[in-house]
Amino acid sequence: MKSFLLASFALLAACAAIAELPQERVNDGKQLAFDRNKGNCLACHAIDDGESPGNIGPPLAALKTRFKDKAQLRDQIFDATRFNPETSMPPFGRNRILTADEIDRIVDYLWSQP
Amino acid sequence: MSSNEGRVRCAYLYEVLTLTKDLKKVRTAYSTKSVLLAGLLFVAFPLHAAPSQDRQQFQEHYRRLFPQLRLSDYANGVYAIDPVARESWQAIEEFPPYEEAIEQGEKLFNMPFPQTGGRYADCFPEKGIGIAHRYPQWDKDKGEVVTLAQALNDCRERSREKPLDAEKGEITFLLAYMAYTSRDQAIEITIPEDDPRALAAYRQGKNFYYERHGQLNFACATCHVQNAGKRIRSEILSASLGHTANWPTYRLKWGEMGTLHRRFRECLTQIRADAPPAQSVVLRNLEYFLSYMSNGVPITGPSTRK
Ligand code: HEC
Ligand code: HEC
Repeated sequence: MKSFLLASFALLAACAAIAELPQERVNDGKQLAFDRNKGNCLACHAIDDGESPGNIGPPLAALKTRFKDKAQLRDQIFDATRFNPETSMPPFGRNRILTADEIDRIVDYLWSQP
Repeated sequence: MSSNEGRVRCAYLYEVLTLTKDLKKVRTAYSTKSVLLAGLLFVAFPLHAAPSQDRQQFQEHYRRLFPQLRLSDYANGVYAIDPVARESWQAIEEFPPYEEAIEQGEKLFNMPFPQTGGRYADCFPEKGIGIAHRYPQWDKDKGEVVTLAQALNDCRERSREKPLDAEKGEITFLLAYMAYTSRDQAIEITIPEDDPRALAAYRQGKNFYYERHGQLNFACATCHVQNAGKRIRSEILSASLGHTANWPTYRLKWGEMGTLHRRFRECLTQIRADAPPAQSVVLRNLEYFLSYMSNGVPITGPSTRK
C-alpha cells in the first residue's frame, strides 16, 4: 500500500511537471498547429477555437484518452503513414514539413488540451 | 525522454543526415518512397484492370458516395455537392464572365493565318465545331495523346505560327469557343485497342493520379476520391468524375480564364510537388485518364469557378 501511494505520488508529480510546461511552448504549439504555412492542422481537424476547420480527420480533443503518452502522439504526427499507409495526413516529420522542435511544441499544446 | 521518444528523435536525425538539403534531391527521395506507398491507394483500383473496368469502378465509387447525383451533375464540379457555394455560382453564371472569351475565341478561330491563309477549321474534323467532347485523342502517327489545346498549337505550327501559352490568354478564348459549340455533348474518349502505346499512356496518367506527390505526400485521389465531399478547411472537395467537363474556366481567384492544365498545376503546387509544364506528356496523359473516367458527363465549358 505504501509503495502504491508512493508510486501514485510520483505519477502525480510527473503530471504536475507536465502541467507546468512553460505556457509559451503551448502557445507556440497552438500557433504552429494553426498556421497555414506550418502545421495547418485545421485544414483537416477541428481543434480548440480554430476557425473554419476541415473534417477530413477526427477532432483533436481528448487525445489523452487516445494516446498512452506524448511519445505516441508525436509518432502519429511525425509520420502517420506508419500506422495507416493510406492516411490522408501528411508525414510532418518524415518529410520535414515541420522540425522536430516544432512537432514537440505542437504535442505540448495538444496534450494540454482537454 | 522515454525510449520511444528517443527512437523517434534518432529516426528523425537519421533522416536529416541522410537527406541533403538540396530541394531537388529531397523531392526525388520523397518520390521514391511515394512509389512504394502509391500501390496502396490502388487497392480499390487494380493497376492492370482494363480501362473500362477502371471507369466502372471509378463511377461506382461516386455513385455510392453521392447517390443523389446524376452523371450529368458532375460537370458542375464542387457545386454539384455544395449547395451554399452553388447559389453564388448560379448568380455569377447569369452574367457569365466568360462570354467575352467565347466571342473573342470565335473571331480568332475564323481569322486566316497570315503566313498560309489557312484557318483553324482546316485542322479539325467537322471544321472544329462540336468536337471538344472527343478530346483528348490518341494520335497513332505521333504515338502521343493529343489534347484539344495541343491540337490547336499543332495547327498553328503547321501554319507557321508560334505556339500559344497553354495556361491562359488566347488559347483559353479558342478553347472557350470550341467547348461552347460542344456543350451538352457527353464526353466520349476512346483508348484504341490496336495500339498498346495508347493503353500505356492511359496507364501513365492513371499512375500519376494515384501516386503520392510532393512534400505534403498527397495523391490526386487522396483529395478527390478518398475525401471527395469532405471539407479541407472551408473548401469542399469535388469528385474527379467530370473534372475535365468544364474547361476552360474563368476563376475568380485568377481574375481571368485558365486551362485545365493550369488547374492541375495549381493543385500540384499546393501540395508542394514539382508541377510538370502545361501540355507536357505526363499532364496530357493525366487528362486522357481523367477524361476517359468521365465518359458520359456532358461538356459544360466554358464555366466559372471560385
Ligand atoms: C490533409 C489532412 C490532415 C492534416 C493536414 C492533418 N491531419 Fe491529422 N489526421 C488526418 C486523418 C485522416 C486522420 C485519421 C487517422 C488516419 O487517417 O490515419 C488523422 C489523425 C490524427 C490524429 C489521431 C487522432 C485520433 O484520435 O486517433 C492526430 C493526433 C492528428 N491527426 C494530429 C494532427 C496534427 C497535429 C496535424 C498538424 C500538424 C494534423 N493532424 C494534420 C488528416 C490530417
Ligand atoms: C490537398 C488537396 C488536393 C489535392 C491533393 C489535389 N487537389 Fe484538385 N482541388 C482541390 C481543391 C480544394 C479544389 C477546389 C475545390 C474543388 O473543385 O474541389 C480542387 C480543384 C481541382 C480541379 C477543378 C475542378 C473544377 O470543377 O473546376 C481539378 C480539375 C483538380 N482539382 C484536379 C486535381 C488533380 C489532377 C490533382 C492531382 C495532380 C489534384 N487535383 C490534387 C484540392 C486538391
